[in-house]
Amino acid sequence: LAMLANLEMSICRVRVTVRDALNQAMDEELERDERVFLLGEEVAQYDGAYKVSRGLWKKYGDKRIIDTPISEMGFAGIAVGAAMAGLRPICEFMTFNFSMQAIDQVINSAAKTYYMSAGLQPVPIVFRGPNGASAGVAAQHSQCFAAWYSHCPGLKVLSPWSAEDAKGLLKSAIRDDNPVVVLENELMYGVAFELSDEAQSKDFVIPIGKAKIERPGNHVTLVAHSRMVGFCLDAAAVLAKEGVECEVINLRTIRPLDTDTIEASIMKTNHLISVEGGWPQFGVGAEICARIMEGPAFNYLDAPAIRVTGVDIPMPYAKILEDNSVPQIKDIIFSVKKTLNM
Amino acid sequence: MSLKHPTGLISLVSQSNQSVICVTLNSIVLVQVVRLVCRYGLVCFHVSSGGYKCVCVCVCVCVCVCVCARARALFSAAGQKVRGGGMGGSRVVVASRTYADFTPQATFDIKKCDLHKLEEGPPLQAVLTREEGLQYYRTMQVMRRMELKADQLYKQKIIRGFCHLYDGQEACAVGIESGINRTDHLITAYRAHGYTLTRGGTVREIMAELTGRRGGIAKGKGGSMHMYAKHFYGGNGIVGAQVPLGAGVALACKYQGKNELCVCLYGDGAANQGQIFETYNMAALWKLPCIFICENNKYGMGTSVERAAASTDYYKRGDFIPGLRVDGMDILCVREATKFAAEHCRSGKGPILMELQTYRYHGHSMSDPGISYRTREEIQEVRSKSDPISLLKDRMISNNMASVEELKEIDVEVRKEIEDAAQFATTDPEPPLEDLCNHIFSNEPPMEVRGTNPWAKLKSIS
Repeated sequence: LAMLANLEMSICRVRVTVRDALNQAMDEELERDERVFLLGEEVAQYDGAYKVSRGLWKKYGDKRIIDTPISEMGFAGIAVGAAMAGLRPICEFMTFNFSMQAIDQVINSAAKTYYMSAGLQPVPIVFRGPNGASAGVAAQHSQCFAAWYSHCPGLKVLSPWSAEDAKGLLKSAIRDDNPVVVLENELMYGVAFELSDEAQSKDFVIPIGKAKIERPGNHVTLVAHSRMVGFCLDAAAVLAKEGVECEVINLRTIRPLDTDTIEASIMKTNHLISVEGGWPQFGVGAEICARIMEGPAFNYLDAPAIRVTGVDIPMPYAKILEDNSVPQIKDIIFSVKKTLNM
Repeated sequence: MSLKHPTGLISLVSQSNQSVICVTLNSIVLVQVVRLVCRYGLVCFHVSSGGYKCVCVCVCVCVCVCVCARARALFSAAGQKVRGGGMGGSRVVVASRTYADFTPQATFDIKKCDLHKLEEGPPLQAVLTREEGLQYYRTMQVMRRMELKADQLYKQKIIRGFCHLYDGQEACAVGIESGINRTDHLITAYRAHGYTLTRGGTVREIMAELTGRRGGIAKGKGGSMHMYAKHFYGGNGIVGAQVPLGAGVALACKYQGKNELCVCLYGDGAANQGQIFETYNMAALWKLPCIFICENNKYGMGTSVERAAASTDYYKRGDFIPGLRVDGMDILCVREATKFAAEHCRSGKGPILMELQTYRYHGHSMSDPGISYRTREEIQEVRSKSDPISLLKDRMISNNMASVEELKEIDVEVRKEIEDAAQFATTDPEPPLEDLCNHIFSNEPPMEVRGTNPWAKLKSIS
């Protein structure tokens, strides 16, 4: 009976929301390393604008969980300076739209410094917060910054989808000695996923730069990040009924991009579709297609690689307009069928 | 009667046993007269512990000349120590300039600082020891010559790109460093060569960085605006961005509880940047141990302060942060103000702001002749009336803390040091191409970086 109980314990899976997974990641890392601290607007006494940092201020106090005034450029710079002087800050942007005000500190002060100093000055900092479209927040609050940050050498850019992604990637980011941008998604915060035993461990980390094949398939490769991974899986479920098996790749990391996994998949399926929420021009999908063109997988393509993206417009407000501004499952299905000439 | 040799007394011994006229003169004149006489080998300075009959006339204000009735052959015009003998007790004869002949330290009046939200300011007097004076002089001279050499190399196209020179402002960098500890932290903007030096960089590695060689302080990868050293965070190219960074360093100081502080510098041009006001707010709110220092050299590139700022009282711009306005051409003023500010921070009172009024002789950068927005006369006037090195030199000479020759010797040494550094900087090879993609990430396994074309796969290591 004891053995049975043990067995059950060891395969015990819990369901954890992305929000709670992020919270756990920060809690564990704050506990593990006293140089880690969190700063941002409303992160302390408000428990986080989206409640991601709930309970942390109560547990760790003013020294380690710091509420800032509305001064993105200022507090992002302060966070970078603290990282230069030996601490390991987590700098939260309420959304990445506001990071534009501070982007100089992220790129010029954080990303480039290790190179400019020829290795004398590392900057172990994490910039995190919700990225991309939300619901009804309109144009100035809905932009996806994956392409913007992924453009720059010296930065690592992560885009978790599931709770496991969120926990493992954020922990890796905090332990990394370099500037890491973690692009979360507000609409995913409340979504619950099963967290494996392994993922519940305090030392569970997901390696940066490695994509995950969420669903194996033979007919077409769907590459996505963040919320769109879920859409691809849903589309794959529908397509499976028609006999089309999609291989769904969850990028997890945008920079550095795991080209090897994508190429290996294409060599199997011969078709590529990248799916993202951001704008098409110079986006994540554009980069993936360019790399595939330049690499060995090109010769395995039976059709041009294509991108499914957000519509090339500022995000409108009205629900019907907003719904039609980002890829829907039907758009993915349509694109798969076009690519496969169905 | 034994001859004591207190401070400020010079004893003269004649070569030939004649008595020497006792003269009481103004000390400056006296020193000149004595030096003149010495040059002709007529007299020497003599320190004796016993045996000579002396008449010693002491006047409180002036240096006194003493008469000795007996003499030995004890002179040297070249400054050699000669051991005399047979007089009972040990006796050392030194030459015309002996360390013991100089004033070991003196107190100077310094300008009162304008204060903002402060009851008291730094002291109105500063004590300068001879050692300190010589060290400040040397460091400022190294800084001056290094910048002038950089000017030369730039014109020869051996240095390229940006080169923002610091000559004229030496008292700021050296004064600040003398007011803080080596374990404190400092960050500045792009006019950073002087601070790289005071924070521990050598002239060689600074110049080699300017010429883009592998021996540069950043291996040639940073250039003029991106030099780093221990507890020195550059060298920053984006105007104003260094201010929040500096407050962040101060936050780390407070967080780590090591009683260190951060000196955070910016110019009169940067003082109008919004992020600086954001930083003032957070630094004051969180009582960060941060000394904000505005180096006001009157011009932000080609724009004078009157044309850029609605209020040119930069020391008041911190509003709720106490401030002081300091004469940035007087190294003692800068030092005392810095000590005052450091004490303020270390006592937990939070940030403080200093405005240093200073001047740059060069234009904004090497591509700016610096005379389209100001007159040559203005530059010349500052050079002749307020040069920081001259001010220190005059102080030391007129108070007998150093001799003209001694300082000239230092100048010669400095010139040689700069020449050697320049030689290194022009002959050291450029960084190897293999280094191109290195140092992107810290503590990272080797990775591949895409080159200019899809077939170029370059190696990158930490």
